[in-house]
Amino acid sequence: MPFFAASDDPGPDFAALAKLQGLVPIAPSSAVDDRLRITHATTVVAVRYLDGVVMAGDRRATSGNIISHRAIEKVFPADRHSGVAIAGAAGPAMEMVKLFQLQLEHYEKVEGSQLSLEGKANQLGQMVRNNLPAAMQGLAVVPIFAGFDTRRQTGRLFQYDITGGRYEESNFATSGSGGSLAGSVVKMKFHEGLTRDEAVDLVITALFEAADEDSATGGPDMVRGIYPVVATITTEGFERVLDAEIAERFVGLLDVLASRDGGGRISETASETAGGAK
Amino acid sequence: MSMPFYVAPEQVMKDRADYARKGIARGRSLVAAQFADGIAVVAENPSTTLRKVSEIYDRIAFAGVGKYNEFDQLRIAGVRAADLKGFSYSREDVDARSLGNQYAQILGQVFTHEMKPMEVEILVAEVGAAESSDQFFHILYDGTVMDEDRFTVLGGDADAIASRLESTWTPGLDLVSVLAVAVAALAGPDRSLVASDLEVAVLDRGAQRRSFRRIERTELPDFLPQV
Repeated sequence: MPFFAASDDPGPDFAALAKLQGLVPIAPSSAVDDRLRITHATTVVAVRYLDGVVMAGDRRATSGNIISHRAIEKVFPADRHSGVAIAGAAGPAMEMVKLFQLQLEHYEKVEGSQLSLEGKANQLGQMVRNNLPAAMQGLAVVPIFAGFDTRRQTGRLFQYDITGGRYEESNFATSGSGGSLAGSVVKMKFHEGLTRDEAVDLVITALFEAADEDSATGGPDMVRGIYPVVATITTEGFERVLDAEIAERFVGLLDVLASRDGGGRISETASETAGGAK
Repeated sequence: MSMPFYVAPEQVMKDRADYARKGIARGRSLVAAQFADGIAVVAENPSTTLRKVSEIYDRIAFAGVGKYNEFDQLRIAGVRAADLKGFSYSREDVDARSLGNQYAQILGQVFTHEMKPMEVEILVAEVGAAESSDQFFHILYDGTVMDEDRFTVLGGDADAIASRLESTWTPGLDLVSVLAVAVAALAGPDRSLVASDLEVAVLDRGAQRRSFRRIERTELPDFLPQV
């Protein structure tokens, strides 16, 4: 059982405790990505709406041009009123989420009170910063953090950069290879006072459009029944949106897209027969 | 050269035990008892900030009586041990028995080797899937571990409180009834305890993950019989 002298007591900081116990991996000393293909997870998005925030992530993980997982999850509860979504090297990212969740829980248990939302966002920033040596060798992790601020009664979003820079966003945040594509979609349609339905539709549209352009982002897989992970964080806490609801919303989205593209494709060359395109 | 006086080991141990027991007897007692939906822990504690009962892990609670700084130090060490174990293995691998044994080792070590024994008595309680798998590990100042069932009482007045519980506690009580039984046992025939004298927490059997829940003082009157 770990006991410490007052001078080197890690306090409520689990990461410091884990380090003292030798449980923190050391950063590789040379670039990993040159020799080995690292699994990457991509494209997560979070949007603020009327009751809080909605977070979503696609389900694909890739190693170079290979799809390594079809059903990976990138959106996790951090605690009751906050969530974290990850993009970057999948292994270190999962480890970071696990450590972050535990960090918040450990703080709460040791101190007897919760960190503020701001405090949680800063904690995650420090973890990203601590990952910088590994990021320099190809193991970058860039999360987004979102939560319902119970003191201010509003949803809040935080985006990070690879050095641990923490930027609060007022309306939406994205990360990952398809992040800017998804961000453009959200930017075009975002307005103040989105309802839950509108917000969920907006994030799945954004992910669909990102998957349409970015090969590392997975679209809905209707054959296997794999859909993006979507979660809402409100005063009620973190709540995952059921797959059945997402599936239903995708059907609606596809109807909209199909009606828009109803004319079909113009044939590319004169030699292309009328079999496929008009 | 001066020779230290010879003191018989029996006398040393007896003095230490007396010292620890006196320290513990100065504080108020605490009751933990099973009920249909979990384990309830009821402590006599006028403070709302210096807690006697707290969460260790998903299904494990800690409670201590005696000297606050000493059992709080043990509590934090327990949280650390549990979180480290859950981090390096799995959340399922954290159990009350192992924590109880580690506490016993430490208390035993301090009792025999340090100048002053710890003036504490602690409880590690784990709620199981069914009432039959609930566990109470009651650990004394000298490292003695007792594996108890149904209910357990910590503190100076433990014997009297336990005998009162023996006649009033029954299996399958609901939360309100178990609190009534526990509060009555703590109070005894001559006193009555109100919400502002009590600290109450439960381990909720049906919880998905973290089962520890405090019943805050503001909501406590709803659960207590009206005096």
